[in-house]
Amino acid sequence: MIRSELIQKLADENPSLTLREVEMIVSAIFEEIIGALSRGDRVELRGFGAFSVKKRDARIGRNPRTGESVQVEEKHVPFFKAGKLLRDRLNGLEGS
Amino acid sequence: MTGKTLTRMDLSEAVFREVGLSRNESAGLVERVLELMSDSLVDGEQVKISSFGTFSVRSKTARVGRNPKTGEEAPIPPRRVLTFRPSHLMKDRVAAGNKG
Repeated sequence: MIRSELIQKLADENPSLTLREVEMIVSAIFEEIIGALSRGDRVELRGFGAFSVKKRDARIGRNPRTGESVQVEEKHVPFFKAGKLLRDRLNGLEGS
Repeated sequence: MTGKTLTRMDLSEAVFREVGLSRNESAGLVERVLELMSDSLVDGEQVKISSFGTFSVRSKTARVGRNPKTGEEAPIPPRRVLTFRPSHLMKDRVAAGNKG
């Protein structure tokens, strides 16, 4: 499923909303998550999973083409961990 | 870095601010988005949200694990796990926002 398919399904289920409104709603949700992580916050969605930020330490990297050493600075990356309910559902443990 | 944890309530509030829906309807839509994504993943489909990221289901084969506390061997059955690959946009914004 891609973003536009998600939007279409929601639009079909909510005939009182225009496609444009559904697009705005979907964008607002994902934008809120990205905004939270950019501030260093977590987003915990029980049953689905949790988005957080992980710190990657500075390290000496290597240019794979030239073999040259390059300093890679410390950085923060987004991380997602699936919730228990979703993990269980993926493995056929429905309704647990 | 404020170190807060956002929940469904905060996402509903964001939807509520965006369009003229009630708080209840906003919460319902957030729930439905999560359900549609979950159902799709449970069906083994990839969920690709442009400018956000891609959720995919990977199958892991069975292996022998070990209880880290007791050192005892325990079989781990084949299972499906969920991975999330953030989009470039998300990675860039998260890196920029948490800099320094």
